[in-house]
Parts: sequence; C-alpha cells; structure tokens
Amino acid sequence: MIEAEGLTKYYGSVSAIRDVTFQVGKGEVVGFLGPNGAGKTTTIRILTCFMPPTAGSARINGKDCFDQSLDVRRMVGYLPENVPLYGDLPVKRFLRFAAGAKGVEAGRIESEIRRVVGVCGLDKVAHRIIGHLSKGFRQRVGLAQALLNNPPVLILDEPTIGLDPTQIIEIRRVIQELGENHTILLSSHILPEVAQICQRVMIINKGEVVATDSPSNLTHQLQKHSQIRLLVKGDVSELVPSLERMDGVQKVLHETGSEDRLCVETDRSRDLRPEIARMVVELGVDLLEMKSVDLSLEEIFMQVVTEENNEPAPEEMPT
Amino acid sequence: MSGFWPVYRKELYTLFASPVFYVVAFTFLVIAGYFFYSAVAYFNLLSFQASQNPFMAKQMNLLEMVLRPFFMDLSIVLLLLSPLLTMRLYAEERKTGTIELLFTYPVSDGAAVLAKFAAVVSVFAVIVAGTLPGIFLLSLITNPGWKPIFCGYLGLFLLGSAFLSMGTFTSSVTQNQVIAAVLAFGALLMFWVIGWVKTLVDATLAGLIDYLSVTKHYDNFTKGVLDSRDAIYYLLFIVFFLFLTLRQMNSCRWRG
Repeated sequence: MIEAEGLTKYYGSVSAIRDVTFQVGKGEVVGFLGPNGAGKTTTIRILTCFMPPTAGSARINGKDCFDQSLDVRRMVGYLPENVPLYGDLPVKRFLRFAAGAKGVEAGRIESEIRRVVGVCGLDKVAHRIIGHLSKGFRQRVGLAQALLNNPPVLILDEPTIGLDPTQIIEIRRVIQELGENHTILLSSHILPEVAQICQRVMIINKGEVVATDSPSNLTHQLQKHSQIRLLVKGDVSELVPSLERMDGVQKVLHETGSEDRLCVETDRSRDLRPEIARMVVELGVDLLEMKSVDLSLEEIFMQVVTEENNEPAPEEMPT
Repeated sequence: MSGFWPVYRKELYTLFASPVFYVVAFTFLVIAGYFFYSAVAYFNLLSFQASQNPFMAKQMNLLEMVLRPFFMDLSIVLLLLSPLLTMRLYAEERKTGTIELLFTYPVSDGAAVLAKFAAVVSVFAVIVAGTLPGIFLLSLITNPGWKPIFCGYLGLFLLGSAFLSMGTFTSSVTQNQVIAAVLAFGALLMFWVIGWVKTLVDATLAGLIDYLSVTKHYDNFTKGVLDSRDAIYYLLFIVFFLFLTLRQMNSCRWRG
C-alpha cells in the first residue's frame, strides 16, 4: 500500500533522510518512531506529496507520489504535525472546505461531515470558530479533516502530542478503531503508544531506518540477555555467589529490604529458570516470586538509537 | 482545475469575515465619495458661471470634468489599498502552516492560485460596486453617457485586477503580511511612474517603457476609448504575475 524506495531529502546541503526504504501493507498499522529531528516528518511529507524527495521514489497504492501526485492525495488522509488549521473559520465551514477540496461530491458533503464529526466527537463544537478551540479539540478537527472522503491510507504525524492523558486515550481509541479498516502510518516518539496501537514498528534515527519489526520481535531480536527477577526470603549470603558462578549467568544484582530482590541477567539462548529455582530451594531460601522480564520498547529504542555513533542528529527543518 | 470552487468559497468566506475587508471597503468608499462629490460640486459651480458666459458653456464637458478625474482618483486609492486585500493570501497560509493542508489536498497548485485570485477580485468588484449609487444619482440629473462610464469601470476593474495579481505574487514570496503589502505597493508604484523617464532614454526603450506604464493604458479607458491593446496589456500583466505565483509555489514545494 505504501512503498518508499531509497528516499533521500536534502535541505540545502543538510541531509534530513538518507536512503529510507520500507513498505506498509494493506490494512497494517505501522508506528514510525524516532527522536526529534530523525526525519519522521520529512519522510511523511514526501509520502503525502507535500514535497518531492531529492532522490528515490514513494508510491501509494501503486501511484507515484511525485508523478501522480493528485491521485495519491485523493487516497491519503493526512494529519500534519502541530495540526495547522484555518483559525478564522468555524469547524463546520472548514470541514465543508476540506470535503470539497478532497473531492467529496456536493450531495454527500453534509452527510460526510456528520460522519467525521461523530467519529471525532466534535458535535458540541461544530459551530465554533477553530481559533477559539482547545488544543484537544483542534487535534480532533485535524483528525476529522483527515478522515473526510474515507481515504484508504491515513498518515498521522504525532497525533497525540500536546494532549492531556484523557484526550490521549480518547484519540488512541479512535485510531485503534480506524485501524480495523484503514492502512495507518503513525509517527510518534511516545513509545507505549506505539506498542499499544501498532502491529509493526519502524525506528528511524539520523535519517535512516535502523530497525523494523513487530514490537515483540524487536524485543526478542535486540535483547542481548534476558532478565530474571526473583523475590526471596531468607539468608542470601550464600545464594548470590553461587548464582554468579552458575553457567550462563552474566550478572546478579542484589537489593535488600524486608524481602530480598535479585535480578539475574542470563544468556538469551538459555532458559535458566528451572535451575535457578532448584538452587534457591536447595540453599534453604524461600522463593516468593520469579519472573522473566522482557525489555520494554523504550529500552529497545534507547538501545537502537544510542548504539550508533553519537553525533548530533540533523535539525528538523521548519516549514 | 480540481478543487477550484472549494478554495474559492473558503477564500471568499475568509475575506468577508476579516476586518481588513471592511476597513479597506470603508476607506475606499469614503474617499471615492469625497472625490465624486467634489468633482460634481465643482462642475456645478462652473455650470452656474457658464450660464452667464456662452463661450465657457461650450467648454463644459461632464466626461472630462467629472468622470475622468473621478476614475483617475480612484486608481490612486486602489494603488494604496489593493495590497491590503492580497497580503494575507499566501503569506498567512505559510505562516500558520495551513499551506501543508492546501498542498496535500487533491487541489492542483494552478487551481489554488486561480481560486485565491478570483476570490480577491470578486471582493474588489463588490467594493467598486459601492461607487455605483453616485453614478446613478448623476444620471438622474443629467445624461452622463453610458459608454464612457462602462469604459471607465472596465478600466478600473482591469487595473484593479492587475494590482491584485501583483499582490498575490508578493504574498507568495514571504510569510510576513506586511512585507507582502510593502513589496506589492513598491512594485505597483514602480509600474505607475516608470513612464516618467521615457523622454530621457532612446526611442526603442522609450517605446517599451511607455508600453509598460500602467497609467498610460488606463488613461484611454477613462477617456471612454476602448482599445483592445490596453485590455490585452492588463490581461498579460495578470497572467504573468499569476504564473510567477505558480512558479513560486512550486519552488516552495521543492524547498520543503
């Protein structure tokens, strides 16, 4: 559905993205992750035909974003970063303009507006002037205009930025529902959000795609060691050194309190849980709790992003 | 031309909803009314004197003494006010970032430029129509001759449209509305006074300079002379600056 091939964009002599290649299949919900200035917005702007790439090509549904720009724009609903809106228009008037501009037939415009107003929960503010709305409602108006004419592809650039927690949950719910029958590319730097909504994650850093997979596969691949957390009660003076000596254990972290917490880092290839459990019991210590912990998406992200050299990323260009 | 009408309607709504329109229209009509009143009142005074003086009576000419100065004066007011109508067209979209919406909707750049220009020309036509009651009152007491009036208004409309096309272009080169207005005003004034140097340069260049002057072509209209060359000049002027606007939009896209 969305294909990017070797996308490169230079702003003057500064490169914003280099050789970005990826695909998004029909019906997929893909998260586009990266620190600020990594090139997310640049990539998205190329896909939405806002600007052409310096090199490479992008296609949506087989149509080229540069040569068949108008066809592509008819298929894409776009929520730009920071949600630029015509502040002096009332919500309905703006949506009427957007619907017309997006090619909704005159007879269908009103019903289409009613539909998106319903989906985005804008009924109460439909007649208010956009400039007077709160950030949360503006974000919803932005989402509403993207949904007009029911485009098969939705590209959302940081849809939840600047919202309060209830609004974030609300917008996420809307996006999740939309994901059932749309192809969605969603950029964000909020990781739990992406883990929650997206089937697949693409991590971009310094203008290059550095990892792409489902959140669980990424965790699996990038985890260099697995962690086992233990909660034990009793005398651990003997337990800690013997654990450290065990084959396959790399490190043992010990935290004392009324109960002792141990964190054992082991080789990823081996599951040492049975042996550890046996050892704890054999040494006469009570085993209260044991669980193996996966890296969170946040930790993976930090790992991927900081693994490369640490030169500063190119600045994100202003419009 | 996909997307012309939605953009046109939106621009029209924004223009009529903005205080700039009302201030410009109010100022224009007050000044126009003053010019019209003073021209008619002066003509009236001379008419009284002419009634005592048969030679002077022959010199009395409504077209030369009322309509022509009136249209000339209006063109000067237009020079000052038209940049204010166009300054926000693109500058504001670029400043607030809404250009990103316009660029990513299935609206061709050409349609957007034409729609914006057409909207501002429509607004301008509404403002100019505000001067018609004066002409109507004049027609109640005398026969002003409809042909020169038609020519005068046609000239004013073409001249105004040309000014607005320049304003549309300058609005597309900057994010700052004040800069857009000042650039438009400066460029228009240049076209206004360019003819002044024609006696100082050689004949070929003088011909060109004379042709470029916006006032020269307008002069014919105010005399009640309808010459296709003058109309073509204004149309070329409009097409040229709208074309530049379109190129500028293209350049904006490439620079991102």
